[in-house]
Amino acid sequence: MTQLVWNGLFVGSFYALVALGYSMVYGIIKLLNFAHGDLYMIGAFIGFAVLGAVGGVSASMALPLLLVVLLATMVLTGLAGVALERIAYRPLRRAPRLSLLITAVGASFALEYGMRAAAGADPRVYPVRLGGTSVEVLGARLTLQQLVLVGVAVVLMFGLNLLITRTREGRAMRAIALDPSTSSLMGIDVNAVISRTFFLGSALAGAAGVMAGAYYGKIDFLMGFLIGLKAFTAAVIGGIGNIPGTMLGGLLLGLLESFGTYWLGGEWRDVFAFGVLILFLTVRPTGLLGERVTERV
Amino acid sequence: MTETTKARRVGTDKPPTRASKLLQNRWAGIAGLLLALLAPFVNATPYALSVMTSAAIFVMLAAGLNIVVGYCGLLDLGYVAFFAVGAYTSGVLSTRFDLPLLVTVPAVIVVTVVAGIIIGAPTLRLRSDYLAIVTLGFGEIIRITANNLDVTGGPSGIYGIPHLTDSPVIFYYLTVVVVSLAVLGAARLGRSRLGRAWRFVREDEDAAEAMGVHTYRVKLAAYIAGAVWGGLAGVLFAAQLSAISPGSFTFLQSALVLMAVVLGGMGSIPGVVIGAVVISLLPEFLRDLADYRFFIFGVLLIAVMLLRPQGLWPARSKEVS
Repeated sequence: MTQLVWNGLFVGSFYALVALGYSMVYGIIKLLNFAHGDLYMIGAFIGFAVLGAVGGVSASMALPLLLVVLLATMVLTGLAGVALERIAYRPLRRAPRLSLLITAVGASFALEYGMRAAAGADPRVYPVRLGGTSVEVLGARLTLQQLVLVGVAVVLMFGLNLLITRTREGRAMRAIALDPSTSSLMGIDVNAVISRTFFLGSALAGAAGVMAGAYYGKIDFLMGFLIGLKAFTAAVIGGIGNIPGTMLGGLLLGLLESFGTYWLGGEWRDVFAFGVLILFLTVRPTGLLGERVTERV
Repeated sequence: MTETTKARRVGTDKPPTRASKLLQNRWAGIAGLLLALLAPFVNATPYALSVMTSAAIFVMLAAGLNIVVGYCGLLDLGYVAFFAVGAYTSGVLSTRFDLPLLVTVPAVIVVTVVAGIIIGAPTLRLRSDYLAIVTLGFGEIIRITANNLDVTGGPSGIYGIPHLTDSPVIFYYLTVVVVSLAVLGAARLGRSRLGRAWRFVREDEDAAEAMGVHTYRVKLAAYIAGAVWGGLAGVLFAAQLSAISPGSFTFLQSALVLMAVVLGGMGSIPGVVIGAVVISLLPEFLRDLADYRFFIFGVLLIAVMLLRPQGLWPARSKEVS
């Protein structure tokens, strides 16, 4: 029982990290960035390349090294996200929504198969593997590394929340979410703020990618597809565009999946998750913490 | 959404050039059909026939998705789910109960309509982007379910589905006839009262609603029509291969159909048909580029949306001059 809860929270913190980027971008420019899951994949591969460049390290140094690599990867993935926005999304900001969605699908495709052409179709094995000793807490078996990863995820999420609610930058983001044209009249550089939003969201996805690579040990070019879908589900459950709601949604989806797997068997896990998504959209499309928005004409 | 985003149209208002006049000509369709009918006289090896039959089925898929994406402007990223539902329904019924494939067609229509309602009814009330991602999830649900259930044969799928005819040539002609009817039907639907409502919803949903179009019902109709087209294409697919497995119904397939529709020109029947033929035949000619193919497709999607959002063979609106 506690084991199920812990597994759910652990997976859920990954979902929440990826979902945050989704939710931020959606909250500000109302774009479903299909390529977001692929930025997670890019992050995992960048981390892989950086670790490869550093070379072999002893097991005791693995964790501090991983944190440094994590930071470097976050910066690089963030820049990749900014480039994506600049090339594929910004020219279409005034286009019909359908065009924007289709470009996003195209971007996702280009990233996936571009990575396949660059790194090959076979899964790569991560050079640093976090296995290690486990401790028993309340009947659940959890490893130190899992605790560290969850800790990093929590720190990142709280940092983001502070940034959005307490800083000038965050205020600018919230203003653009409300009304982009008025914000620009008030002296906010809308394009720059949107770029920085993409940077943050992509950096979080990149961090999740490295963590997943280090934990599961294997990465491949399609790893972002499913988690992109799951992250969207998490965002919808919590209320898309709402930061605390998205975190809650991620953790909740992790728990639901963990229990769903226990009851129905692992092969039904994804069906269960998407079933929950459809159910939520039917019953409460604004999510748990989302506000009801009326369409403006 | 703000008003500026609605200003750009999916079609184009430029005066037609000579090439596009040729394409709009009513004889263009007949010429295309003749081309398809004469192709076996040029090359009738079993391989060529199977490639051409697959291309014809792909055209039908594209025509169906065009109703949803092109006419109505709803992005469906899991279109292959209906293809799978059709193929599996006819496959399961024909192998379990020893029915001829033709008898399963009414059942296929019923099942795909129900599937369309199940997925469309909750999501079509919401913003269109939700539909995109829910259909993506739905595509995965169908594939995973087919993979897990016993009745669908699990990962190895169903085999021994009866052929419609024994000769591949006759089957090819049969496919071409069915597909032509489907394409023609989609085109007629597009010109009907319902089709005008679809395009109105695509251009400006709020205005359509204000003018008395029941947008929800109209969108659901588009979604169901697309589902039926996909399901019937699935029957042809099952009949062609006589074996189906979950591996044929991945997101990649959905994306390829979408690409055919977008490249050809959303809402334009000649464009979509050409787009589908190009997308399905291109891999046969570009075997060496296999690794880069999908990468190029992705870049092409972005490039088309940035540079030529109306597609390569766009629809010309007859209503606005």
